[in-house]
Formats: sequence, C-alpha cells, structure tokens
Amino acid sequence: MNLNGNTAIAGIGQTEFSKESGRSELQLAAEASIAAIRDAGLTPADIDGTMTFFEDTNDELQLANTLGIQNIRWMARSKGGGGSACATIQLAASAVASGAANAVLVYRAFNERSGRRFGQPPAASGPVQRDLHLAMGLDTPAKIYSLWYKRYMETYGLTNEDLGHYVVTAREYAATNPAAWYYEKPITLADHQESRWICEPILRRLDCCQESDGGCALIVTTRERARDLAQPLVPILGAAQSQLWNGDIMFDYYRDDPGEFPEAADVARQLWQVTGLSPSDIDVAMLYENFSPIVFMMLEAHGFVPRGEARDFVKSGQLRIDGQLPTNTNGGLLGEGYIHGYNNMTEAVRQMRGMAANQVKDAETVFVSSGRSAMILGRG
Amino acid sequence: MAVKRDDDFFWEGIDQGKLLVQCCSGCGKLRHPPRPMCPHCQSLSSESVEMSGRGTVYSWLISKHPTQPDVEPRTVVLLDTEEGTRLVGNMLAGETVKVGDRVQFAVGEFRGMRLPMFTTKGA
Repeated sequence: MNLNGNTAIAGIGQTEFSKESGRSELQLAAEASIAAIRDAGLTPADIDGTMTFFEDTNDELQLANTLGIQNIRWMARSKGGGGSACATIQLAASAVASGAANAVLVYRAFNERSGRRFGQPPAASGPVQRDLHLAMGLDTPAKIYSLWYKRYMETYGLTNEDLGHYVVTAREYAATNPAAWYYEKPITLADHQESRWICEPILRRLDCCQESDGGCALIVTTRERARDLAQPLVPILGAAQSQLWNGDIMFDYYRDDPGEFPEAADVARQLWQVTGLSPSDIDVAMLYENFSPIVFMMLEAHGFVPRGEARDFVKSGQLRIDGQLPTNTNGGLLGEGYIHGYNNMTEAVRQMRGMAANQVKDAETVFVSSGRSAMILGRG
Repeated sequence: MAVKRDDDFFWEGIDQGKLLVQCCSGCGKLRHPPRPMCPHCQSLSSESVEMSGRGTVYSWLISKHPTQPDVEPRTVVLLDTEEGTRLVGNMLAGETVKVGDRVQFAVGEFRGMRLPMFTTKGA
C-alpha cells in the first residue's frame, strides 16, 4: 500500500535475547513494550492500538492492563507466522493512516527456547494421524522448508557450502553487535561445513536460525506526531503483503516452480511501484532468515540480483558492511536472535536513525522483508 | 452423519494399495492436495482416479529426527506423477534418490502406518 511516508515508526524496544529468560512471556512483552513506548517519548496512556502475531500467547488486554494502557480503540492480529512480520507494521500503519488509531503498539515476545521450541517436532504421543505432510516425516520447519529450498538449490546449482558464505557474513555482523547471542563469536566457512546435518543435504546446524527467548516492540504513529517525538523520524515509505493462488506458508510444494518464491517477487513489485524506488536505491536490507537458503531466494525474488546470481553476490561479499547491499547487519535471526523477525525490524529502524551497532554509513533507505510481507523505511 | 475429511479417499486408496488423486467431475482437471471445490471451475463434484504410479523426483531430503538419533532416517520425496500432479511421499526404507530419478509407487509402512512410498527399482 502507498503510505506516502505519512506514517512512521517512532519507538523501538527489546529485551535481551537469551536461551532461558527465567520470566514469563507476558513480562518479556511488557518489558519490550515499555522500552519502545519510552523510546518514543510516550507513556502507556498514549497507546490506543495493539498489534501482534496470531500466534503470540500474550493476550492484548493482559498486556494493556499490565502496562497501564487506558483506552484501546483498535486491536488486530496478523496471520502467517514469521512471514507476516512486516504485515503487522503494514496493518498498524493502515490503522494509523485511516485514523482508527493514533499510536499502535506492535509486539512479539516468547520463550521460544526455554518454553515451546519451534524446532522440535510435535511430541510423539500415540499413533500419528496420517496426513499428507507430517506423517511423511515433514514434522519440523527445517524439514518442511528444505523440500522447498532444495528445488531452488537444484535449479541454480547451489551447494550447502554456498550457503555457508551467508552464514559467515551474518556471524561477522553478530560478532560486533553486543545485543547478539553470538557476540564476539565469528565462524569460518570450515566451522559451517563441520556443523552437523539437521536436514541432509540442505541444512546444517549453522544454517538454522536460533531458538531464542525475548521480546521486541515497535510504536507506529503518524508522521506528523512522530516528528514531534523523541527520536529521529523514520517514515514508512511503503508496506505490502502477498499471498498468491496455490501457495502455502509452510507446504509450498504444489505450484509450478515453488523455488521462485513468487510472493516475495510480488511484495517487491508492489513496493517499487508505490515508492518509486528501485533495488539500486536501497542502502540496507533486512531479510527474514529462518534458514540460510531463503536469503538467496529473497535477493533474487525481490530483484536485488538476477535469478541465479545470489550465490556469487553473497560469495563476493556484497552483503558485508562495505558491500553493495549490507544485509542483516545485526547478525540476523541466525546471529542475533530469533524473535520471529521482529529483531530484524528494530534493527532496520536503528539503521535509519544512524545508531546501529554495525551502522551503514549514510544509509537512507532500508528494505525489510519477511518474504510474504515487506516494507521500506526511510529517514525524515 | 460423520464428517468425511477431504483426503479420506486418498488414505482408503493407500490401504488398498492404490495411488488415488482427485479429479474434477466438471472440468476433468486433477488436483492435489484434495480440496472440496475445483479452483478452476468451482465444481463441488469430484471422483478419484488411480495413477499409474510412475513419477519423477522433483525434490527430496533425508528426514532424521534431530533429537532422537536412534530413529532410522527416511527419504522424503516430492514428485511429479506422469499424469501431472505433484505429491509428497517416502522412499522405501534404505533407498536414496536424486532430482529427476524415475520412481514407481509401492505401499510401505513406517511405524505401523501405511504410507504412499516409492521405489527406484523397476521404475
């Protein structure tokens, strides 16, 4: 949708990213939320809308009652797991642009390592009911998505070692980001190649995002209001979602060529159209990587490189801080932490404010993608 | 009346040693996974058609439980049937494949479940 930069992200907040937070998911949500509200220069009484994932366990009213939010006029959730990370911002911006709300708290918090781990299959208790996927062995995200990644890798001849060049880059960024779980822990390509198979022959352990405990929050408001608040203005230039016929958020196997990731191509097409920008105008990219192959698929589907050229683009260092398209500068979901894509969105805001741990010099635009939804942020 | 699941016929076929795919009674197009309506002509009536069982591997992976190394790995395949539908199955125990391999339908069991399985032998 064309937001014309009339909405903005005015505040960001997060907890530490750990493997065992030792506190409730509601507390993580409250800590991240109050940090974002205060970062914006607001108080809980200024918040009149809430937005999170369908999957978040934190009830909106429990969180509002915990924080001291007085009056919610607009409340919604988005469907689609991590792929809808940017959709939550699009929806919040839509509410703000329409006047339905003025300041929306967008949050996500969980104990995804010490509590329910996304990487584990459902507990095997008794006989599994036969179905078309899970019963065949597709019982974890690593396996479910690998059947899709394998097609892409086969088409363009990528090996697991090719993926390793992205992972090394992400871990370089994480190594110099104090908020990252893998702070000061860079890896070599050999480390990547020696890590154990999670899903042979596609993913090794180091190709997989982390399982993390933590929370992130963002405040979406109008450009007009954000301009008078505490932080440098970060306008939302455009935000888009895409769900195309015969696609599936997890079992995306049945269309002609699943490896092309047509939804990612579609969100980018929408964004280039509404913003008037093109891939060469983008200074930083934040790409939701639950697993390393998706970065390559997104680089191509979004139009940053022609089909089949992501391998060489990544290998030649173009995602590094001094490359053509610095990408996942916080270390990404592999290196910093996995807050369902939200920590890549808070990093995008930091890049636009000029205060990221790995700041890209003179960055004026950031392309943030969670695949089936995406947005472009700018500077005031 | 008990509600029938949209894919019941598929499993009934597997139990009888047949690979069945849904076929629209309105426009004759095959569709998989099973759905209650044809997305091309919106017809609600369909029948199931037995496939020849011949197919080509489109994608594959080794499924191995990440935290229970004692469970035997199995090869999961995404394949195109020669009739033009795509579906997920397993290879018979111990068989590995590569993309483009020709395979043949063969019912097998995994942990007591009858599943659509395939073999490269005789394909």
